[in-house]
Order: sequence, then C-alpha cells, then structure tokens
Amino acid sequence: MPLDYPTLKLIWWLLVGVLLVGFAIMDGHDMGVGTLLPFVGKSDEERRAVINTVGPHWDGNQVWFITAGGAIFAAWPLVYATAFSGFYWAMLAVLWALFFRPVGFDYRSKIHHAGWRRTWDWGLFVGGAVPPLIFGVAFGNLLQGVPFHFDANLVPYYTGSFWALLNPFALLAGVVSSAMLSFHGAVYLAHRTEGDIQRRAIRAALVFGPLMLLAFSLAGLWVARGGLGYALALAPDPAALPNPLAKRVVAEAGAWLHNYASAPATVLVPALAYAGGLAAIALVAARRTLAAFVASALAIVGVIGTAGVSMFPFVMPSSTRPDASLTVWDSVSSHRTLGIMLWATVIFMPLIVAYTGWAYKVMAGKVTTAYIRENEHSAY
Amino acid sequence: MVTEQLVDLSRLQFAATAMYHFLFVPLTLGMTWLLVIMESLWVMTGKPVYRDMTQFWGKLFGINFALGVTTGITLEFQFGTNWAYYSHYVGDIFGAPLAIEGLMAFFLESTFIGLFFFGWARLSRLQHLLVTLLMAVGTNLSALWILVANGWMQNPVGAEFSFETMRMELTDFTAVLLNPVAQAKFVHTVSAGYVTGAMFVLAISSWYLLRRRDVDFAKRSFRIAAAFGFASVCSVIVLGDESGYSLGEAQQTKLAAMEAMWETEPAPAGFNLFALPDDAAMENRYALQIPWVMGLIGTRSLEQEIPGLKEILAKNRARIVSGMEAVRLLDALRADPADAATRTRFDAIKGDLGFGLLLRRYVQSMDEVTPELVDRAARDTLPRVAPLFWTFRLMVALGFAMLALFGLALWHSLRGDFAERRGLLRWALYFLPVPWVACEMGWFVAEYGRQPWTIYGVLPTHLSVSTLTVESLYGSLAGFVGFYTLLLVVEMYLMVRFARLGPASLGTGRYHGEAAAPAAPLAPAAIEPRPTLS
Repeated sequence: MPLDYPTLKLIWWLLVGVLLVGFAIMDGHDMGVGTLLPFVGKSDEERRAVINTVGPHWDGNQVWFITAGGAIFAAWPLVYATAFSGFYWAMLAVLWALFFRPVGFDYRSKIHHAGWRRTWDWGLFVGGAVPPLIFGVAFGNLLQGVPFHFDANLVPYYTGSFWALLNPFALLAGVVSSAMLSFHGAVYLAHRTEGDIQRRAIRAALVFGPLMLLAFSLAGLWVARGGLGYALALAPDPAALPNPLAKRVVAEAGAWLHNYASAPATVLVPALAYAGGLAAIALVAARRTLAAFVASALAIVGVIGTAGVSMFPFVMPSSTRPDASLTVWDSVSSHRTLGIMLWATVIFMPLIVAYTGWAYKVMAGKVTTAYIRENEHSAY
Repeated sequence: MVTEQLVDLSRLQFAATAMYHFLFVPLTLGMTWLLVIMESLWVMTGKPVYRDMTQFWGKLFGINFALGVTTGITLEFQFGTNWAYYSHYVGDIFGAPLAIEGLMAFFLESTFIGLFFFGWARLSRLQHLLVTLLMAVGTNLSALWILVANGWMQNPVGAEFSFETMRMELTDFTAVLLNPVAQAKFVHTVSAGYVTGAMFVLAISSWYLLRRRDVDFAKRSFRIAAAFGFASVCSVIVLGDESGYSLGEAQQTKLAAMEAMWETEPAPAGFNLFALPDDAAMENRYALQIPWVMGLIGTRSLEQEIPGLKEILAKNRARIVSGMEAVRLLDALRADPADAATRTRFDAIKGDLGFGLLLRRYVQSMDEVTPELVDRAARDTLPRVAPLFWTFRLMVALGFAMLALFGLALWHSLRGDFAERRGLLRWALYFLPVPWVACEMGWFVAEYGRQPWTIYGVLPTHLSVSTLTVESLYGSLAGFVGFYTLLLVVEMYLMVRFARLGPASLGTGRYHGEAAAPAAPLAPAAIEPRPTLS
C-alpha cells in the first residue's frame, strides 16, 4: 500500500475532523434554523418560509451526521464502541430529538390545523436545539476525560452516570456549540429570507455570534487555567498495531496547551474561530449575508479544530484509568481498512460536494411568504 | 455485568427497532422505481396525468420516507450504544460498508429527494427525471451496502482474527463485497421492496376503482403496478429462493432448521410440506414429505447432499472442543505475545475461536468446562426449529399468493377489463398488508436463524452487548416503544387521509372531490381549527 500506517492514522484524524466540521456546517445551519423557527417566524406563513429555506436540503445535510458516525465506526471502532455505549442516555437523547426532524419537516404543513402545526414547530425546535447542545456537552466531557476502562479482552466499561456529564465545564462547551450553530443558522436565514424574518434573523445572529465568541473564550480560559489536560508519559508507537493498553498517560493541568507550544502554527486554528466569528458578525450586520455565511463556516472550522488540536493525539481520554485513553494511534482500524476507506472518501466526497452545491444552486433565492402562497400544496 | 436478561433485552430492542424500520424501507425501495416509471411516461408522452401520478404517489412516498429516515438512524446508533463489543470486535470490517453506504448512496438519495419534491418548477422535465432516477439509484445502492454488511454477519468472508488487536480484521475487501450470501440477499430484499411498492399502488388504485372515482388516474396506476409487481414477484421467488442458502455454514444451519431436516438424507432430499418438529427429541412427530424437491431447490443438483441438523450439531460440537483450546491459547498469547510456538498452534485452530467463545456464556475459564457444558453449547448452535419452519412457510405462501394476484392483475390489465373485475380489485385491496408481513417474516428467518451468533461462527451474541444496566435497557426500550407508537399513529393517520383524498391533494382542480377550478390558495387567516387537508 502506498501510504504507511502512521500517515493513514493521521489522515483519518483529519478526515473525521472534516466530516464533523462538514456536519456542523451543513446540518448545523438547518439545526440552527430549527432552533430559531419559533422565534423568527411569527405567523404560520412566516414559519413556512423559514422551514422552506432548508426544506429541500435538511435531509441531505443530515447524512453528514450519519456518515460521520459511520466513518468513526469504520476508522475508530473502539471510540465508536466506547463513546456511544458510555454516553448511552446522551446519545439516545440526540437520537430521540432527531426523530422530530424528518416528521416535523414533512408532516407539519400537510394538515391545516394551528395546534398541529405549532406542535411540529416545537418538534423542529427540539430536533434543532438538542443535538448541538449535547454534542457540545460531549466535547466538554472529552476535554475533561471520561470515566471508562477496558478489561483484558478490550470490553469497554463506563463507570460514570448521565448526570455527571452535565458538569459546569461541559455545559459551557454546550453553550459554545449551541450558540455557534444558532448563529450559523441565523446567518443562513438572513441570506435566504427578506423583510421581517430577515430582520429578526439578523438580530438573532447579533446575539448568538458574540455569545459564541464569549463562551469560546471562557472555555479557553478554563482549559488554560482550570487544570484540564492529559499527557503521554509513554507514547504509543504510531506504526504499531493498535492496542490502547500499551501506553502510559498522566492527567496534567494545562497539557491541552502543549501542542500550541510545540507547533506554534497551530495557534492559527483558534485564531480562525475568532477571525471567522468577528467577520461573520460584521458582515451579517452589514447584510453581506453570503460572505457572512462563509465566515461563520470558517468560525466553525476554528472552534471544532481547536478542540481537536488541543487534544491531539487524544480522542477520548479516560479520567479513571488514564492509560486506557483512546488516541489516534491506538484505537483505529487496520491499515487495510483505513486505506480502503480513504479511497472511498477521496472518490465520493468531491461528488457529494458537487451535487449538493448544484442542489443549493437550483433552489437558490429568497424564500418569501409569496412563494409559500404560490406553492400551497407542495411546499413544506 | 452481562446477564442473560441484559442480552435478551438488547436483542429485543434491536429486533423491535429493526423490524419497525423495515416497515418503511421496502415501500421506499419499490416506490422510487415506480416514480421513475411514472415520470418517464410523463416525459415521453407529455400527458399531465403522469405528472400528477408522480406527484401524488410521491406525496405518499414522502410520508413513508420520513419515517424510514427517522428509524434508520436508530439502527446505526444502536451498534455503538448497545453492541459495543460487537462494534469493537468487527468494526474493522462491518463499519466500512456502513460508512461507504453514507458516502456513496445515502447522500445521493437524500440530496436528490429534496429536489424531487421541490424542484418541479426549477428543473427541466429531463433534469427532474434525472433527479428522480438518481434518488432511486441512491436508495437501491443504500440497500446494497447495508446488505453487504448484513451478509457478512451471516457469512463472514474476507477477514481473520488478530490476537494483537483482539478483533477481526479485514483481509479481502472484494470478498466482503462479492460475498455470495450478500449478493443473494440484496437481490431478494430489493425485489421484495419492489413488490411492496407495487402492492401499495395496486391496492390503493383498486380502492379508487371500486369507488369509481379518479378512474383514469387509477387505471393507469393499476396497470403500471400490475406489470412492475408481476416482474418483481417473479424475481423474489426465482432469484431469492433457497439456492442462496446452500452457501455458507450459517445459511446451511438455517436451511436445515427452516426445513425441519434433522437427518442428512441421501441426495436429492425430500421437501417437508408440513411437519411437527420436536426440538427436544430432534425429530419430526409428523411430516408430509415430497421426494426430491428439497434437494433440487437447495442445491440445483441431484447429487449434492444437504446437511441435516444432527450432522451440523456433531460438527459444531467438535469445533467447540477445538475452540476451547483456541481460547486457552489466545489467553496465553495475550499474556505473552512473543511466544512463537503458541502463536503457531493458535493460528492453526483460530478458525474455531468463536465456537470456544460460546462457552463463555456459562463459564469464564475453559478449565471449568465439563462435557455436559460442551453438549449444551453445541445444542445452542441450533436455532429452534418450529418458529423458523412455520415463519418461512408463511412467507413462501404469501409470496405465491401475491404471484397469483399480480399474474391475474397483469392478465386483466392486458385485456383491459380489470376496472370491472370487482373481485380482483377487492383481492388487491385486502392484500395491501401482505408484502409487509412477508418482509418481516423473511427478516425473522434470517436473523433469528443466525442465533446464537451475531457474526456466524465468529462472535456469539452474548459477548456482543454493551456493559449497560438492565434498568437502562428497560428505560430505552420504553422510550422506543413510546416514540414509535406515536410516530406510527401519526404516519398512518396522514397516509390514510391522503390516500382517501387522492390526487385531489395536488390542488390541480382535475380530480375527485375538487371544484372545477384550481383551489384558491388559503390565506393565513383561513387556517381553521378543524383539520382539513392541503
């Protein structure tokens, strides 16, 4: 095979990052729209206009989430197994919240009944608001370390409770994530609507954009000063067959900043979060909505990238048995599987981006209440 | 702590959510092609009725599709949440088709379904037809990858165990992809989906014809469904028959169980039309046998033998004894990976490792194993016969009943007199639920018949689960039951309302129950407290 194992492991860390960022940018904006739906749409027609800005696209966007899940399964099976079973109730909450989206979008406007429609509007709110919050909380817990260990046969045991996930730092991370995607959704809405809805969307963007940057800064301070971090006392051999029990790890305050010291260029990643966020706020205020959307997407790259770079090479540190922590070197699939999966990604990802772009181009333009009236029977 | 109760509840939750998901999948599989056919007719003939058909049946398709998407995510989640050790142990092989399904198929399907619904005014006729076609291709490719993953669970080719990483690892991706069991399952499963789609259109069109409404619309829909359904039901029966079951050991066990074949009979074996299987005595208390037929169906030859359950049991017992040794050697190797002699001995018998792991259901250490325990573990490898025997027969009977229905429907379509054949129309209407029953029976045979394994011969079910508490399982199961009941009620309500309303729901003004002019769009104030339909 042309690529050696350590390189492939590194590439897959980047690719999982790409898929998570892709999910946050694509599904994130329609989740943001769902979160804002009850607040920016005052009448039924306005809400239908809001829903139809993402109506043709939410389903394709949601596949980013499914594919990211599938890719973690294929590339990091131990992470998939340990995280999904450990965060059992959190994952079920995400899943059950997501239930409201397909049915909410498709069923809401099929019946002319105010109560029916209001119910689904709140369903879409739940489907849009809950997953980003929980993903943020999950990242907050990953940064702190999660209570799990393995037995000799690599059976994962999670020893924490659901409620322990909801600690202050994790909730702060949840605020970062929720504010980020609400901001992103608001910017998207500002681009695709006009009049009153657009005005409200911009107002929401000007609340959530600064909130995202504030919470991101607080979380950064907490990581720097609050004693979070794990470090390798005995590093795993990147070329070795993956075995998460063959390394030594220590909890070390401030260790999440080590990468920025050893590779100063990585400071550009958190800098991108600020640059993108500030630019997006300024641009949306100036109604340069398309540019604002691009800037907001860059901010997402920066925020998620910051979490990834800070923890590298850790993916899921263990707080109770640090040696069992999962890293990009020792929780991955075989050389062959990583290679095949890379090919599949290299071939299909450009195609996906191309036809998704085409779909947005076909449906481009402002979604107005007049459009809803003209398409009474076919619009969501 | 993994208890029998935890394993049973995990199985129950997966089975319930998977079978629920499969209430929506087959209709999606079939409807996408029916929509392609209807829309092709619209593009070729320019008759608006074909566009209306595409849009109306598309509306019903959309109501169904929403729940398919909703319930599909549950399954992907569950491998991680409830089957953590499974995910670790076989993720290297099993994860890849799921990820590729997302990249190659699900993106395609989900992106173009948006344009299918909303792109009518913005795309040329040909462009829109292309969108519908890509949606159908995506849907079917999606099924292909899922069945490649599932086929590997039945017949785990192209992989081997690695003691260093304590899991199965991919050795030959092409073998996984071209796994004959997966290919046979794919053809059978998508054809069953096409039958479901055809039955759906046939039954609802028949209902319109019985009520003598939307006659032209219903007649055209009926004809398309009859032709498509007849071709599909033939494909289900001819391509999906038991010949696929002679491949792979798991399939052979299933075949013997669903035919209640205890003994290996001289070829060609007889077919038990009716039998009263007795699991304890390992015999049939009564059997009505047709000579030769089983051998011909199962092997397509007069010489090849089909192994009976007793022969399989004896083979499996020997493999468990060998597997015990493999487990011991594995433990030694995990303690001292550098021991080359142990490694050589392990490599020679590691194919039986999974059989040794069956004993871990009862004891942790292989030193505690007694001959009685080996017998018990061997007996575990045979699924219970009666449920498989009868479920399979019900599925086949329904398949042939549908063949008769579609055959008659096609015959009268060609003669052009079906609209007056009220008996036929009623038959079609009453048969609406039948393909769903047959699909669920088929999955039951496939998955219940695979027990006690999640991956046949490799990983026993009781080792596959997550180390959750029983309370968590009761909680999540209750949540799923609650959500899924609610969703089903809502979906059925909408489906029935829109099917009753018929093509009038498009608001063109051309159909039953509409005023002659296109319905005026409703102002926001016109949203009434009483439910009406758009």
